[in-house]
Amino acid sequence: MTGRRAIEHALAHLLLVVVCGLTLYPVLVVLKTALSSTPALGLSGWPFPTELGFQSFVDVISTRDVQGRWLFGRQLLNSVVIAGATTVLGVAMACTAGYAFSRFRFPGRDLGMSALLVTQMFPGVVMSIPLYLLLDHLHLLNTITGLVLVYSTTSVPFCVWMLKGYFDTIPLDIEHAALVDGASRWTIFTRIVLPLARPALVVTALFSFMTAWNEFILAATFMGDDRSFTLPVVLQRYVGDFGTDWPHFAAGAVLVSIPVMALFFALQRHLVGGLTAGGVKG
Amino acid sequence: MTDLQHPHPALPHGGRGAHGRRSRPYVGSGSFLSCCPFFLITLCAALPAGAEPTTITLWHAYRGGEQQAIEESIRRINGARADFQIVPVAVPNAAYASKLTSALPRGNGPDLFVFAHERIGGWAESGLLMRLETRIDEAELDRFFPETVEPLRFDGSLFGLPMSFKSDVLFYNTSLVEHPPDTTDELIEVASRLTDREAERFGLVYEVASFYHHAAWLHGFGGGVFGSDGSVDLETPENAASFAFVRDLVARYRVSPEDANGALVTEMFNAGRAAMAINGPWFLGEIGDDVPFAVAVLPVVSETGLRGRPFLTSEAVLVNAGTRHPELALEAALALTSDDSALVRALEGRQAVANRAVWSDPRLAGDPVLAVFRAQLPETVPMSNRPEMRSVWEPAQMALRRLLRGAATPEQALTSAQHHFRILTRPSPPEADPTPYWVALALLAAAGIALLWRRARASGVVHQIRGSLHAYAYLAPTALALVGLVFAPFVVATGVSLFAHRSGEWTFVGLRNFFWILSARDFGVTEPMSFYFTLGVTVVWTAVNVALHVSIGVFLAMLMRDLWAPVRGVYRVLLIIPWAVPNYITALIWRGMFHSQFGAINDLLELLGLPEVAWFSGFWTALAANICTNTWLGFPFMMVVTLGALQAIPRELEEAAAVDGAGRLARFRHVTLPLLKPALLPAVVLGSVWTFNMFNIVYLVSGGEPDGASEILISEAYRWAFTRQEQYGYASAYGVLVFISLLIYSRMVRTVTGEGKA
Repeated sequence: MTGRRAIEHALAHLLLVVVCGLTLYPVLVVLKTALSSTPALGLSGWPFPTELGFQSFVDVISTRDVQGRWLFGRQLLNSVVIAGATTVLGVAMACTAGYAFSRFRFPGRDLGMSALLVTQMFPGVVMSIPLYLLLDHLHLLNTITGLVLVYSTTSVPFCVWMLKGYFDTIPLDIEHAALVDGASRWTIFTRIVLPLARPALVVTALFSFMTAWNEFILAATFMGDDRSFTLPVVLQRYVGDFGTDWPHFAAGAVLVSIPVMALFFALQRHLVGGLTAGGVKG
Repeated sequence: MTDLQHPHPALPHGGRGAHGRRSRPYVGSGSFLSCCPFFLITLCAALPAGAEPTTITLWHAYRGGEQQAIEESIRRINGARADFQIVPVAVPNAAYASKLTSALPRGNGPDLFVFAHERIGGWAESGLLMRLETRIDEAELDRFFPETVEPLRFDGSLFGLPMSFKSDVLFYNTSLVEHPPDTTDELIEVASRLTDREAERFGLVYEVASFYHHAAWLHGFGGGVFGSDGSVDLETPENAASFAFVRDLVARYRVSPEDANGALVTEMFNAGRAAMAINGPWFLGEIGDDVPFAVAVLPVVSETGLRGRPFLTSEAVLVNAGTRHPELALEAALALTSDDSALVRALEGRQAVANRAVWSDPRLAGDPVLAVFRAQLPETVPMSNRPEMRSVWEPAQMALRRLLRGAATPEQALTSAQHHFRILTRPSPPEADPTPYWVALALLAAAGIALLWRRARASGVVHQIRGSLHAYAYLAPTALALVGLVFAPFVVATGVSLFAHRSGEWTFVGLRNFFWILSARDFGVTEPMSFYFTLGVTVVWTAVNVALHVSIGVFLAMLMRDLWAPVRGVYRVLLIIPWAVPNYITALIWRGMFHSQFGAINDLLELLGLPEVAWFSGFWTALAANICTNTWLGFPFMMVVTLGALQAIPRELEEAAAVDGAGRLARFRHVTLPLLKPALLPAVVLGSVWTFNMFNIVYLVSGGEPDGASEILISEAYRWAFTRQEQYGYASAYGVLVFISLLIYSRMVRTVTGEGKA
């Protein structure tokens, strides 16, 4: 049987390698374009870089504003701050709500769970105008607070749903024992349950971070000037109506993707654990 | 990203320039400053201590050389002024128009902004622009070319000061073409000589499917957008003749590629594979340094003897009617359009500036390229700035594309364009009486409250609520945020769906919008762009996508599970990359790869000996391209979910089945799959919901091609809101219907897959 096993193994590897190649192909095209100097997208089929020019990267990183201050750095900082704040707020909101849905029984519980799913169905593009008006009334336009609040509410429903599922898999005995010992609900939540739910918390944090880091339209519409823009907004400047500045766009795309990809790679083990334990119980 | 938020796919809005202005004869701030420093000192003394110059914000979408030029001219102006300082803000092109449209009515916009003239009509009607003719001397306008000033007038008022003008001209590679053609017959002859389709060389390369670039031929054949009575009339024999000409360029003389976009024109011209190109001044910044080129005025149409006249864009600085500093803003605008600032923009940004005097400067007079733009100016037709013009682009572009695909004759294409235009500009539904709606709402609310009260009393809910206060405390932050920022806007959007919005005016129309959508009033039920057709496409799109995501994800997970852990880790890492890269980036890349002539996919097909496919010319192929992209993006999620779920499945079960003689497939179907279901089903439901509303991919990859057939509900809703004269009411009604459709669809998915309640 080992011979057959070996063939199956080899076949599996072959398939996986082919699929990996197909999967990575567009990414390689982006990399190739970022390293080239011609203004057009490398439209030929060959995916590997034909030249190694880092000028586009240099140009993108050294963008300055009118006063000569370093703009790219400022926008990078904006992205980091906004994404970070969204992550903290998103995780905080999601884990308290997820715990409530998981552990407590109260009127409106089922309605609440359904409502979470329903929020995913709202047609976001049509709601952007009422959202703009709302933020304006609250004087939150062109502020980091406003954008962070909007991003958090985008990622929270999915995170709550996922965290609830994960909390469901944590046995109740530990909590009952602690209750008997006189611990308060809050202590149980923060000292016992949260540490046990680390994989799911990691996934929640990652999702919130990604939502904020990659988002473009809302940032461009709600923020008022160069110095408050985030990185994806900057990226869009290289795309015009009549032609895209491909090398700069691709270089910017690589730069914007690196942090997220790095996080993904660092945390992927948790992804597998955190994502599905929630799913197992629905 | 092509035109994500911008309504005119063909319309170049490359950069706005800030014009400085310092005109000698003008009796204004210039003379004030130079004659009366004494007054200035007194003024400064009279101001409260620590008074700062007023900040005048200027928005623009320039990049590259034009951006540097405007920043330089602003620096000079700021250096010379103490009463105001101009602060420029560079806005990304894709978001510029919608950002302005959102910000201006709310008083959040800039004091000044640079924009092409064609939106003036709509904005002026909405009262967003300051009328200038009462505030400035008519003599001020003498320094500009009259052709650049006229397009800035609307309804008898002047709304902007011109900075530069743009139009198409003929670019040609001087190593291939010694003498530029002066008639279209010569053009075809020269182009034919230089075309070699085998080697992918073409005589004339330009965006043939763009109505903007087609304008030269449209006017050259004696046609135009507007009829003699001033209304839009596309179905004229002259227009048909121009369409026939373009079709011949592509299909009969075969000197132009069928499907060129801006990036392709640039690439081919730079590679020396395009002998001639028709493009505008923005092209100058994209031509490689090693390409020998020159420009010429567009040729005369041989059939009519009329010269080809492209559209003229007058780029101007406009003043926000809601600015808090009207006098200073106007001063700044005048400074930006002074001759001195114009010179800076002409020399550093290579703009074709609207100031006449600047052109006699020796440094400029010796520039042959700019001289051609100057020579083309009298032979241009300004785009109309009336609001209806904006609704011409979509139908006209579709007609051109249909013509070039061979799916319509010139006459048919123009007739359908006119029909399409009529639909887009149909008047709003008649105003409805809100009273019955208030009554119905009140009744519903009363009934709802009564029902809740009865249920509450019956089940002792009130007591339960009192006992669950701690639960509500945990929920409070999330609930508050969601209600305020998600539910509230949705309720508002639903309310908006009961209104119709035209040029800033809202009228209550009740359920008319819904009635119009559901009765397929504009487009036949089976025609693209009707609600039902789009609904069908959306359902197919969602079902196929999710099926592919799940099968590929599960398949890959099963392949990987038995491998050595570190190797599995490597594969896993590589295969989740599509998930990590922002999807609007990869959507654009995929769009480029599916390009019918020069895309990588067709390259590969050719290598494999298979026929090339015109991906975006046919409904099923466009849908396939979208699905391919979305599947690439979506399978990692399912793969990760499955991998996790597989970890929880005890191997003994499967081994026991194997011992009992079950084959691999049987083991999978009867042992593994049922154990995977609880994990997969929620993912399937969620994935379905996300895919149903997946706007980015459909909008960016196929853009709804062909002719709006591959649109899904959410992207149609977007177009109604942002690209068809801001019909927000109609778009909101569409959005509500999308929501209801999705509710029904997800309910069906849950029933079919047997997923239990959460």
